[in-house]
Amino acid sequence: MIRILLLCLALGVALSACSSKSAKDQSAAVEEKSGGGAGKEGAQTYGAGEEKSGGLAALNDPNSPLSVRTVYFDYDSSDVLPEYRGAVEAHAAFLAANPNVSMSLEGHADERGSREYNLALGERRAQSVKRQMVLLGASAQQIRTTSYGEERPAIDAHDESAWSQNRRVELIY
Amino acid sequence: MPEFRKTLALILLLSIPGAARPALDIRITEGMEQALPIAVAPFGWDGEPDTLPLDMHVTIANDLARSGRFAPMDDKDMPQRPREFSQINLADWRKLGMESLVIGNIRPAGEGQFEVEFRLVDTYRGTQLAGFKIPAPYKQLRRTAHRISDIIFEKLTGVRGAFDTRIAYITVKKGAKGKQHSLQIADADGFNAQVLLDSSEPLMSPAWSPDGRQLAYVSFEGKSSAIYIQDVLTGKREKVASSPGINSAPAWSPDGTRLALTLSKEGDPEIFVLNMSSRSLQRITNDRGIDTEPVWSPDGARLAFTSDRGGGPQIYEVGAQGGPPRRLTFEGPYNARPRYSPDGSALALVHGAERQYRIGLLSVKQGYLEILSKSRLDESPSFAPNGSMILYTTTTAMGTELAAVSVDGRVHQRLAMQDGEVREPAWGPFLSSP
Repeated sequence: MIRILLLCLALGVALSACSSKSAKDQSAAVEEKSGGGAGKEGAQTYGAGEEKSGGLAALNDPNSPLSVRTVYFDYDSSDVLPEYRGAVEAHAAFLAANPNVSMSLEGHADERGSREYNLALGERRAQSVKRQMVLLGASAQQIRTTSYGEERPAIDAHDESAWSQNRRVELIY
Repeated sequence: MPEFRKTLALILLLSIPGAARPALDIRITEGMEQALPIAVAPFGWDGEPDTLPLDMHVTIANDLARSGRFAPMDDKDMPQRPREFSQINLADWRKLGMESLVIGNIRPAGEGQFEVEFRLVDTYRGTQLAGFKIPAPYKQLRRTAHRISDIIFEKLTGVRGAFDTRIAYITVKKGAKGKQHSLQIADADGFNAQVLLDSSEPLMSPAWSPDGRQLAYVSFEGKSSAIYIQDVLTGKREKVASSPGINSAPAWSPDGTRLALTLSKEGDPEIFVLNMSSRSLQRITNDRGIDTEPVWSPDGARLAFTSDRGGGPQIYEVGAQGGPPRRLTFEGPYNARPRYSPDGSALALVHGAERQYRIGLLSVKQGYLEILSKSRLDESPSFAPNGSMILYTTTTAMGTELAAVSVDGRVHQRLAMQDGEVREPAWGPFLSSP
């Protein structure tokens, strides 16, 4: 997570993933996000990425929506939030264009409640992202899902801010 | 004999800083007011002065205090230190309100053996309620003290003691190379901690076999969850489930022949029962939601589990052979991770409501839910084998530690580790027959 934040900061890729994260609990900021067209910008960048299709280099392009490698979730939910739509589409398109590439989706939960239930919740989140990618053209064989439940928090703290960053699916190539 | 004494002295020297310190520091935080007064006098010692192998009376007094049912008297307040029944001045103890008095003696019996004698005395009637002579090697002295505590507890409360038992738990320490996860066991009083497994990857869900000889657990060492069974004594282990998806929540049947577990190999988490001898797998649940955290009723006839088939997580019960499940919890949006009380009449669970996660106790027949713990992030309840206490995990801004509460909600304890986090306690079965 820190790595991703740094990446976002350094490169000024204020994509929805970054901006919405810090803004999540502030309604004003959320408004800015949805009205600011960050998502649209992301979609445009994704179009550019697809033109370079096949190029594995796109994976390392900080301006590509493929640079979004973490999808965050609401409490006890596995619904992929609209702000991650662009990134999920980009990864699905990338996989479709590169059938030899595979990825793994690692689902995580926050620490609240029971550990085993959270393990199941992490899996459901990973499967939810996978389902969308497959609908968008990726092959199910390219995507492996796994869950760590609450066992591998991104942030080792016990408050709302940490929890919101721990409810996530990590996209790993 | 001199040879032996040298060995013993060495052991004592070594054990003072190490083994004499428990891995868990247990403090009673609440509920001492109704405890029964009892005096456990320092045991006599027939060996060389200053070579007493263990202050057994301290171990016993600590056991009794930890139960919350007893308030042992301080050594310094004792009017005398009798080691034999005939030496007891009953009136002195009565005057101090000490109805129950424990006296004892330790005698070296050669070859590293000792003979421990103790008596539980009713000072009002002037009678002996219990008295035993127990031979024990050096290494078994602490355990012998716990067995004496068990006898005293049962004599005075009518409930079998659970001091001569062990707990398993997971510890997490942060090191230079990241987190170190360990599966550990310790005596119920936190002493004699032993590491059974170290891993850089997460460990979860330790579960004792009914005979206390094996532990099932979940390990991520293969980069995804798998279930292992490990022999506690030899450390030998075996992977029993590693199918695609989740392999988790192992629970032994009361007869030890089957393991209930959660597998998501068919797409979503379902409860299965693995027959340990034939290795055949029987699917118990069939629902598109999450079904996990199975646990056997003490009679082995039913399985309770967590399912979100109705929306949020709630507790259900199903026949051990499958069939239509019955929902047990209706109070609050979140009820998970059930554990049956040893008599099967109640379920301890994690109850979530208004952003607080606490340990609840559900009476299975009446459906009445009582909240026992008081923090906001409590989880992983585990019953003592005598049903008197529930061990669980509590998380604060400082981290995660163990806590315990009596089933009547009166006595509260904190069990702090020296360093690192401790989680997912599993209280083991009775070690000796009654």
